Amino acid sequence: MGKIVSLDNICLSFEGEQILNNINLDIFDKEFVTLLGPSGCGKTTTLRIIGGFLEPDLGDVIFDGKKMNNIPPHKRNINTVFQRYALFPHLNVYDNIAFGLRVKKLNEKEIKERVFEMLKLVNLVGFENRSVQRLSGGQQQRVAIARALINRPKVLLLDEPLGALDLKLRKEMQIELKKIQQSLEITFIYVTHDQEEALTMSDTVVVMNNGVIQQIGTPQDIYNEPVNAFVADFIGESNIIDGIMLKDCLVNIFGQEFECVDKGFSLNEEVDVVIRPEDIHIIPKDNARLFGTVETVTFKGVHYEMLVRSDNFNWLIHSTKAAEQGSVIGMDVDPFDIHIMKKTTE
Amino acid sequence: MNENTHTHRSLLQKLIAAPYIVWMIVFIIVPLAMVAYFAMTTADGVFTLENIKDVWQYANIFVRSIWLAAIATVICLVIAYPAAYILSRTSASAQSTLLMLVMLPMWMNFLLRTYAWMTILGNNGLINSFLGLFGIDSIKMLNTQGAVVLGMVYNYLPYMILPLYTVMMKIDKSVLEAAHDLGCNGAKTLFKVVMPLSIPGITSGITMVFVPAISTFIISRMLGGGSQLLIGDLIEMQFLGNSYNPNLGSAISLVLMVIVLIIMTVMNQFDAGDDKVLM
Ligand SMILES: Nc1ncnc2c1ncn2[C@@H]1O[C@H](COP(=O)(O)OP(=O)(O)O)[C@@H](O)[C@H]1O
Ligand SMILES: [Mg+2]
Repeated sequence: MGKIVSLDNICLSFEGEQILNNINLDIFDKEFVTLLGPSGCGKTTTLRIIGGFLEPDLGDVIFDGKKMNNIPPHKRNINTVFQRYALFPHLNVYDNIAFGLRVKKLNEKEIKERVFEMLKLVNLVGFENRSVQRLSGGQQQRVAIARALINRPKVLLLDEPLGALDLKLRKEMQIELKKIQQSLEITFIYVTHDQEEALTMSDTVVVMNNGVIQQIGTPQDIYNEPVNAFVADFIGESNIIDGIMLKDCLVNIFGQEFECVDKGFSLNEEVDVVIRPEDIHIIPKDNARLFGTVETVTFKGVHYEMLVRSDNFNWLIHSTKAAEQGSVIGMDVDPFDIHIMKKTTE
Repeated sequence: MNENTHTHRSLLQKLIAAPYIVWMIVFIIVPLAMVAYFAMTTADGVFTLENIKDVWQYANIFVRSIWLAAIATVICLVIAYPAAYILSRTSASAQSTLLMLVMLPMWMNFLLRTYAWMTILGNNGLINSFLGLFGIDSIKMLNTQGAVVLGMVYNYLPYMILPLYTVMMKIDKSVLEAAHDLGCNGAKTLFKVVMPLSIPGITSGITMVFVPAISTFIISRMLGGGSQLLIGDLIEMQFLGNSYNPNLGSAISLVLMVIVLIIMTVMNQFDAGDDKVLM
C-alpha cells in the first residue's frame, strides 16, 4: 500500500489565530481514514487544505508523490461530499450526478451509463428526474455521494456527511458507505466528531484537538491505548485521576498504591491515570482500597451506569450488576486496566 | 369551536387588510379607471374609440421608445452582471462600501444628475474641452440617441445591480465550491451554476430598468434635445404642453400599459420555470 496523500508540517492561522499546528499525516491507498475531534478543532480546515480550497501558511500537501500546494480544486483528482451536501438546486438528480462528467465533456451515452451505475450504487434508481429540493436529507446525501463518486476520484473527502441524519438512518448509511468504500477501493478521508462512528467505520483514526493531532492509530489502538487523557476521554467515557508514579509499575492514587503495567516515567512524576468505567470492579467495602457512596444507578440496556462519590472524586462505573443506591461500595481495578499517561502541558 | 376561531381570524384579517384595500382603490384602481375613461371618451364625455385609433400615428415614437429602452436595459445588464458578481464575492466590509457607491447617485436629484451629463457631453462641455486641449475637433454627443441611452443607463443602473446582487448573495458558497470540486474553473462555474441560479435576479432587474426606461421623459428632452421624442414626452405634452389633449394622452398611456404588460408577461413566463430555484 503506497502513500496517496501526505500532509507535511502543515500550519495555518486565521486572523492571527493558530488553527492548525504542525499537522503531519500520511494517508495510504484504499484506506478509510477518519479525522475525529470536537467541534472547532480544525477537521474541516484540514479537509479543505487537502481538497485545495485553502492553502496552508506553511508545509506541503503531497498527492501521489507530487507537491500540490497551489493546484486549484478543479485540477485535483479528489472529490468532496460537502457538510451540507451543496447540491445544485437548479438541476434534478440526474443532472446533479452527471455534472462532473459533463464538465469533462464526455458523450451523453457514456454519461447516462455511468449515472445509472451510480444511481444503482446509492439506491436511487427511479429518482433521476426528481428535483433535488424534493428529496429527504438521506436521499440528498446519496445524490451528493453519487455526484462525487461518478468522477472516479482516487480520494473522496467527506465532511460530517451523516451529521444531519437521524440515528437509525445514520447507522444504515455508515454501513453502506463502508461497503461502497470497500467495493470501489477508493481512499476515504472522513470527518466526524462522533467517536462511535469513527471507531466503527475506519481503518485509521486521527484524533485532533485544538489544531494538533493527538494520536493516529487503528480504532483498537485508539480505544485501548490512548496516548493521553484527552484521547482517552474523547474516545468513550473515562475516569481521569491525578496520580503520582512511585516507580516503574507502581502508581499512587488517592494515597493508595496500585500496581500497573506502565514504565519509563521519572520518579514521583505527576501523571494522568485513566480507568475505563467498565474496568472498575465492585467489591465488598471492608478490605477495599477505594470506596464511595452510590449516588445514582441508571439502566443503559446492556449495563448499569453508576455514579459513585468518594471524598475526592466522582467515579463512573459500568457494570452488569447494579449496586444499591445510597450504599457504600468498594472498588478495585486490575493492573493492566490502569492506564498511565503523561500530563499534557495545556 | 374550531370553525368559530377560524371565522374570527378571517374577520380580523379583513379588518387589518382594510386600510390597504382602501389605499389600493384610491391610488391604483381609481386612477386606472380614470385613464381608461378618458382614453375612451371625447372632450365632451361621449364614448369613442377614435383616441385609441389616433395612437397609431405615433407608432414610430413607440418603436423608438421600446428600442432605446431595450438597448439601455441590455447595456445595464451587461455592466451590472459582472459588477454584481464581483460585489457578491468581495469581503463583507468592502461590500458595504461598494454598495454605498452604487446607491450614491440615487440620493441625488434626478434632474440634477441629468443636468450634470448635459455639461459633460455638451459641445463646449467637459469632454469636448478636454479633447480640445489636444486639438481634436469637438464631437457631437449631446442631442443624440446615444446620449439618451447613456442617460437611461446611468439613471437606472442601480436598479439592475441591486436585484442581481441580492440573488447572487443568496447562492450558497458551498454550491460554488462544489462546482470547483467537480472540475469547473471560474468561468465554467459562472456559466453552469451562477447564471442559472441568478435568472430571477436577471428578470426582476430587466423589469425594474425596462419599465421606467420605456416611459421616461425629461432624459430624452435634456440629452436628446427634443429630436428624440419618447412616449413619456408625448404623454406629458398631451397634459401639460401646448398640444393639450388629455383624452389622447390617456389613450397613449393605456396602449403603453398594455404593451408593457404583454412584454412583462412574456418575461415572467420565461422566469416561472426557475422560480423554485430560489427556495
Ligand atoms: N474562514 C475562517 N475565518 C476565521 N476562522 C475560521 C475560518 N474557518 C474556520 N475558522 C476557525 O477555525 C477553527 C477550526 O474550524 P473547523 O476546521 O471548521 O473546525 P471543525 O471542522 O473541526 O469543527 C474554528 O475555531 C473556526 O472558528
Ligand atoms: Mg467542520
